[in-house]
Amino acid sequence: MIEWETVIGLEVHVQLTTASKIFSGSSTAFGAEPNSQASLIDLGLPGTLPSVNRAAIEQAISFGLAIGADINQRSVFERKHYFYPDSPKGYQTTQNDEPIVKGGAIEIELENGERKTIRIHHAHLEEDAGKSSHEGFQGNSGIDLNRAGTPLIEVVSEPDMRSAEEAVAFARALYSIVTTLGVCDGKMAQGSLRFDVNVSVRPKGQEEFGTRTETKNLNSFRFMEACIKQEVARQIDVLEDGGNVVQETRLYNGDTHTARSLRVKEDADDYRYFPCPDIPPVVVSSEDIEALKAALPELPEARKARFVSEYELSNYDATQLTTERHTADYFEAVAKHCGDAKLAANWVLGDVAGMLNQQELSITDSPISAEQLGELITRIKDGTISGRIAKQVFDAVCESGKSPDAIIEEQGLKQVSDSGALEKIVDQVLADNPEQVEAFRAAEEHRQKRMFGFFVGQTMRLSQGKANPQQVNQILQEKLKG
Amino acid sequence: MHQLTLTQLQQGLANGDFTATDIAEHYLSRIEAHDPQLNSFITITADQALAQAKAADKARAKGEAGPLNGLPIAHKDMFCTQGVKTTSASRMLDNFVPPYNATVVERLQQAGMVMLGKTNMDEFAMGSSNTTSFYGAVKNPWQPDCVPGGSSGGSAAAVAARLTPAATGSDTGGSIRQPAALTGITGLKPTYGRISRWGMIALASSMDQAGPMATTAEDCALLLNALAGHDNKDSTSATQAAEDYTQGLQQPISGLRIGVPEEFFPETLSSGVANPVRAALSLLEEQGAVLVPISLPCLAWVVPTYTALVAAEACSNLSRFDGVRFGHQCDNPKDIEDLFTRSRSEGFGANVKERILLGNSMLSVENYQRYYVKAQQVRRLISQALTEALQEVDLIAGPTTPDVAFGFDDKQDPVSMNLSDTFTIGANLAGLPAISFPVGFEQGLPVGAQLIGGAFKEAQLLQVVHQYQQATQWHQETPKLGAAQ
Repeated sequence: MIEWETVIGLEVHVQLTTASKIFSGSSTAFGAEPNSQASLIDLGLPGTLPSVNRAAIEQAISFGLAIGADINQRSVFERKHYFYPDSPKGYQTTQNDEPIVKGGAIEIELENGERKTIRIHHAHLEEDAGKSSHEGFQGNSGIDLNRAGTPLIEVVSEPDMRSAEEAVAFARALYSIVTTLGVCDGKMAQGSLRFDVNVSVRPKGQEEFGTRTETKNLNSFRFMEACIKQEVARQIDVLEDGGNVVQETRLYNGDTHTARSLRVKEDADDYRYFPCPDIPPVVVSSEDIEALKAALPELPEARKARFVSEYELSNYDATQLTTERHTADYFEAVAKHCGDAKLAANWVLGDVAGMLNQQELSITDSPISAEQLGELITRIKDGTISGRIAKQVFDAVCESGKSPDAIIEEQGLKQVSDSGALEKIVDQVLADNPEQVEAFRAAEEHRQKRMFGFFVGQTMRLSQGKANPQQVNQILQEKLKG
Repeated sequence: MHQLTLTQLQQGLANGDFTATDIAEHYLSRIEAHDPQLNSFITITADQALAQAKAADKARAKGEAGPLNGLPIAHKDMFCTQGVKTTSASRMLDNFVPPYNATVVERLQQAGMVMLGKTNMDEFAMGSSNTTSFYGAVKNPWQPDCVPGGSSGGSAAAVAARLTPAATGSDTGGSIRQPAALTGITGLKPTYGRISRWGMIALASSMDQAGPMATTAEDCALLLNALAGHDNKDSTSATQAAEDYTQGLQQPISGLRIGVPEEFFPETLSSGVANPVRAALSLLEEQGAVLVPISLPCLAWVVPTYTALVAAEACSNLSRFDGVRFGHQCDNPKDIEDLFTRSRSEGFGANVKERILLGNSMLSVENYQRYYVKAQQVRRLISQALTEALQEVDLIAGPTTPDVAFGFDDKQDPVSMNLSDTFTIGANLAGLPAISFPVGFEQGLPVGAQLIGGAFKEAQLLQVVHQYQQATQWHQETPKLGAAQ
């Protein structure tokens, strides 16, 4: 029985967040009417010429600096030729021999805590294509060129990953970096990050790589993991049956969770690359690079380490909070406001994440602001409300947008901590339930523990949840002794 | 009136001798009378011209007339004109009406010029004879059985026949200068990047350069004043400030060093061309210039270098013509492959297809290093050699073409067609400005001389030719046109 080793390399298309396209002034906003954001240049009209969007260059450089890569101070755009209806010029303007980012590496951490460095071969700038749509055109195809010309960086890793888990960890780490830098909005469902996975297997110990396949356009971590596992199994099956893996491009279908062969690469495609004569080489000065370096935000790895040391969070929580920059920013704002990082982390990773997930919102669109959540936690800590009431206030804040204090006030949710008032309530509970009181008093100690909860529940109910639970415990214990 | 230069028409307008409308009407009637024989226009924009002339007259009445206000112009049909069909003389674009103006068109329009129409050319500017146009060949006004040169053959013929006082052209390997020489007019190819390429349908982006074609250097200077300058829409357009190119025209040329490369006067050069060019150089010498014999052996390599690079860039630039968004689309395509294949097969002419095949071959993985990269290296060497030569001398001079206009019946294979561009190509490979101007006749056909200058030395080229034209009448000779039918 041969033991197989998986080898994975990723090519990741990262859509940049520039307001306008890479070679035209058109907007890059998602979801507009088809072709409403396609200018003369995006349509590839005869006589039109590209002008490089400097913001895209800067974003690519920031990414390169963030992964410790060399920045090519003279990068060159080339033309990659192929005919496709959503490629308006008959070529894609991309970088080939002289990409803007060379080398670099991304650290990944697996769930078992093991760390690994994945090397980056290069990252280059290019323009996105348009979209073809084959439904609703009576057998014809529709073409939407809104996306054509959207700036991308294509990040090409070395084949350094050895499992689907490593590939996903890499993808997540890359996601964290580009969203932390703000060069990508991270909206994967909209295609802001798209993964092509190159997978091959080889007998463990063998040095040379097996024949690889490339599966294109995976836009979720989950799909990626499933797809890789499936492909690895498929290749091993083929090899163990005595067959050969065919070098091919495959397409994964997220609905059926199956992949199919798109085209077999018998010969390498000849894209007839050559330097685009319409675009002079992109020259960046050392000063420009230094300025971008100085402007880099704290990167996910560093921030995670700081969260562990500064806030004494668990490695797990710190990882979760720093995967996405805005989540980390939100958490820090909450923690600062309430002064309790652990509670803040629990709320952000628990209720806030659940609510956002349910409402399909990103944290930047959260209906409860970091200040409001900070205030809410403060009210728990200072005993104004109980943890249970806090959930109710949380929901109300999300719904109304009002401040926690206003809601506590309006709905009269203040915790009752006045022992006189609480004693009255407890007395009422005991008076209402004489049989239970009697039974309790007669019971052995270990049974009493179980029965005690009944009285707490009754008291909380009578107080409409506002009773201070610790005080209720104390008073009940005393009064039940009889 | 049509014997007047732009400069003289400008004077007449300023004096109130005639109006812009008078001028437009005059030229439109000449076009109507004579263009059926010459075929120098693809589209005549009579209504628009009269409207623009009227607007120009109004502007003048209000005292808002700039130097080009009310003067006629014809645009080579590769410059996009908003709302006016722009074909590049190809079936592929027979239905293409651009929604925007080329910078060249826009600037002259802003200056108040009156567009008479769009001129014929070789298909996609590929050619030296203007015989490859989808709209038929252009005839040389001097001898209708001869070609006018190309690719800006329509512009050249129209100016030579005085159907317009001036026209725009484009020059990738001589496409302004060669037809200017073959029709006896003055044509300037400026430094690469001096005039914006925005809106000019590309042949070879790294060499294409728009320029003025007129009867005199002075008129070319006047037009260049409006055309030159940086354009944000063209990343390869020069940032160097443009000048007033008319300012130095009157300066004497004494002391100017003119390099005469022996390679421009090979033994095979016909005396009918060599003699008038040598005579012109002698005249410049009399005017104070110093002739310096030089040698540029690199010129032997210009044709193959140019052929490889132009084909490579052209096939890439022509990739956008796929029948999907604009231009010719075949009937009833079976599928997308069929749409691409048939639209392109039907839309492009034979000469264009040949270049596409050649270009794709140059860029293929197999040939890229061997041909494309090698050609780029040779291009750098040629560029270096010319630039170095221009540090020793102010200008380089010689004939524009090795021969006068040839007949339509003279079979020309593409290689010898390219060879006829030997003298002009160097300036394109090096991005240098060059000008062709008439210096005599050989058997009734015009002979042109060429001056190549240092980068951004257009003013100097124009000055030398202007001084020459002050002392000669060749530029005033006009062809006898057949009677209107």
